[in-house]
Amino acid sequence: MATSSAPVREPVTGTATAPRVRRPFLLDLYATAVGKKYAMAISGIALMGFVLFHMIGNLKMYFGAADLNEYAEFLKKLLYPLAPKESVLWILRLGLIGMLVLHLHAAWSLTMLNRRARPVRYQSARDYQEASLASRSMRLSGIVVLAFIVWHLLDLTFGVVNTVGADGEFVRAEVYANVVRSFERWPVALFYVVANLLLGLHLSHGVWSIFQSLGWNNPRFNAWRTAFARGFAAVVVIGNVSFPIAVTLGIVSV
Amino acid sequence: MSHTLKNLTVKVWRQDGPTAKGDFETHVIDSITDEASFLEMLDVLNERLISQGKEAVVFDHDCREGICGTCSLMINGQAHGPQRATTTCQLHMRSFKSNDTIVIEPWRAGAFPIVKDLMVDRSAFDRIVESGGYITSPTGGAPDANLIPVPKPVADAAMDSAACIGCGACVAACPNGAANLFVGAKIAHLNLLPQGQAERYKRAEAMVDTMDEHFGSCTNHGECSAACPKEISLDVIALMNKDYRSAKFKNRKELSRN
Repeated sequence: MATSSAPVREPVTGTATAPRVRRPFLLDLYATAVGKKYAMAISGIALMGFVLFHMIGNLKMYFGAADLNEYAEFLKKLLYPLAPKESVLWILRLGLIGMLVLHLHAAWSLTMLNRRARPVRYQSARDYQEASLASRSMRLSGIVVLAFIVWHLLDLTFGVVNTVGADGEFVRAEVYANVVRSFERWPVALFYVVANLLLGLHLSHGVWSIFQSLGWNNPRFNAWRTAFARGFAAVVVIGNVSFPIAVTLGIVSV
Repeated sequence: MSHTLKNLTVKVWRQDGPTAKGDFETHVIDSITDEASFLEMLDVLNERLISQGKEAVVFDHDCREGICGTCSLMINGQAHGPQRATTTCQLHMRSFKSNDTIVIEPWRAGAFPIVKDLMVDRSAFDRIVESGGYITSPTGGAPDANLIPVPKPVADAAMDSAACIGCGACVAACPNGAANLFVGAKIAHLNLLPQGQAERYKRAEAMVDTMDEHFGSCTNHGECSAACPKEISLDVIALMNKDYRSAKFKNRKELSRN
């Protein structure tokens, strides 16, 4: 009864009956969108840990120059003399860089996947019901925060865009003086505040997403997931934003 | 009390075929009762087009009871229109006001190619269900009722997932064109029940892998659940993510024994 006018069905594909390419386990997991979301979540947890402890460490600024500079020295001497100076710090740094690269790569490839999933966009305006400002601006906030990280390193780690001290040289160990001099320039302070507000927006959606992506879903704590995400974002943002404001208002000065 | 809506402007997407270029076509409905369903409004429009010797607007519909999952339509930027937990066929004109402009578009996703006008091909969903949305069991004489005890909360949760009618609103509403809510619902439906346990991890892996070939990825916007006519919860996506991870580890153990 087959007629030539009947639409030709494509052969049934993707029913997971075909032999799969054998890859190393982690690559096999990472090859799928769900696996990439795990990577986003796990690297997100690592980066959350970093932003939290970075903020807590910087609170030493309120105890004065000696305390903050001593804290910077302490980081270099983690586990010293058991481990050589800076060795533990470099392990942490490399881990952090790895996590950041993983986060960026997963975000990039998922974005490309999503573009392919809707090659023709809606031609009329969408009326979103649940998608929030935070969830819809994850890419934008992420890119601004990334640009901020680059600036921040050039400013306070390498001193390329920092002003020089009285001795005419950028001394990295003088953390307190470098921070104060940097924030005394109001555009820098403003950029710092804006970037941190966007970091907060990024965290308020991202931290909640971690639970969902990793499948941490339980009626016992589900109600706390968004509260935790917003609370975490608020703590990090309030701490970070207080530094440039304190310098601008003259509460912290050289 | 019924009420009559006047002067509705309907902008409807017209497209001759999957590869043809489409565009909006504007029609004015002078008057229609608010007791008419949305699809009946389109029927009225089509009757008029046919009597004028023009081609009727093609759209998907079948049961018109909100249970078959055939109807679709992006209405004013929302999948299945403005009313929550309602399919397009169960949407009525009382959701609109006189002089409204109603914009109607087909579902848009790479995996849902447009067949004609507002009709899309959703067979990518069939591919996913074929890959694991079933249980394997010997057939024979009907088993005794209640032979397999199912705790009430489990039965309820499985039933909530099984409510999925496969309409594709989740994909249509998702800013990423992801099908996680659909696949999550299909996986949760069987993976929660005792009958689904034997193939639980095989199912999770196969269905997620098949989904990956057609759809985008989840960024936890929650648009899918808001658009779902059966109000399926985002929790099914979390369960899918968890079972997929477990599946990867469990299957790996089995592989190593072979």
